[in-house]
Amino acid sequence: MTGVFISFFALLAVAFAAMVMWLRQPMRAALALVGHMVSLAAIYACLGAHVVAVFQVLIYVGAVMVFMVYTIMLLDDRDASCQQPWSMLAIPAILVAVLVAAALWMLVGKQPAAAPVAGAVAGDIYTFSAFSLAFMKHYWFHFELATVLLLIGVIAAWTAIREGRNG
Amino acid sequence: MDRYQFLIALSGLIFSMGLLGVVIRRNLLVVMMCLEIMLNAVVLSFVTFAVRSQTLHGVAMTFFIYVAASCEIALAMAIVVLLVKRRGTLDLSAHQELKG
Repeated sequence: MTGVFISFFALLAVAFAAMVMWLRQPMRAALALVGHMVSLAAIYACLGAHVVAVFQVLIYVGAVMVFMVYTIMLLDDRDASCQQPWSMLAIPAILVAVLVAAALWMLVGKQPAAAPVAGAVAGDIYTFSAFSLAFMKHYWFHFELATVLLLIGVIAAWTAIREGRNG
Repeated sequence: MDRYQFLIALSGLIFSMGLLGVVIRRNLLVVMMCLEIMLNAVVLSFVTFAVRSQTLHGVAMTFFIYVAASCEIALAMAIVVLLVKRRGTLDLSAHQELKG
């Protein structure tokens, strides 16, 4: 049954990704991107990686996409790039994308099938309590560095806006 | 093809679709969205390998990818708004003289 759900949400994720590429209006593309991210979160939940599923919904759908929607609302949606959305590189880009997909497909073909892990229970280590304990035990320094990176990001965005105001 | 091979193939397909979108679209915001699709494909491959090997490393890596994505989107959106204010358009071809 899990396999059916994974296939269903995989189909949804691909369909929504195609809609992001295809739709002309940025707001519609953003909503399709939200659908794509929620579909991926459902796949993570089906795999038992509940922590990642919650991160995906809270951080990507809740924060990143809200940021993007605010930006779309700030800007004019009657732009020329909405009327003529395709660049002149469309045909070479399609060829490159097909080649990249084929190369990745060949790489997957060389991957051995998953061997059963002795004593492992699917999703056992990805519950919140187990993940939190293990994460703060092994990655506490990286976690601190991540907070510094976030602070740098805030300062950089604030500086960019301030420089823009000053011309 | 087992479940994990299918998911790695899916991540490759989604990554290719994001790459295609980055190259063929002219709208700055949609290009940013396609970059996010590529990032999502990378996260999917990390999670798949982590679940397959029943280890923590891949899932911990996704946490740091989310942090980097948050910083990236905050800075990128500020730059997009400034570029559009200066040029008055979201069209990428209007920003061709940018050289880093």
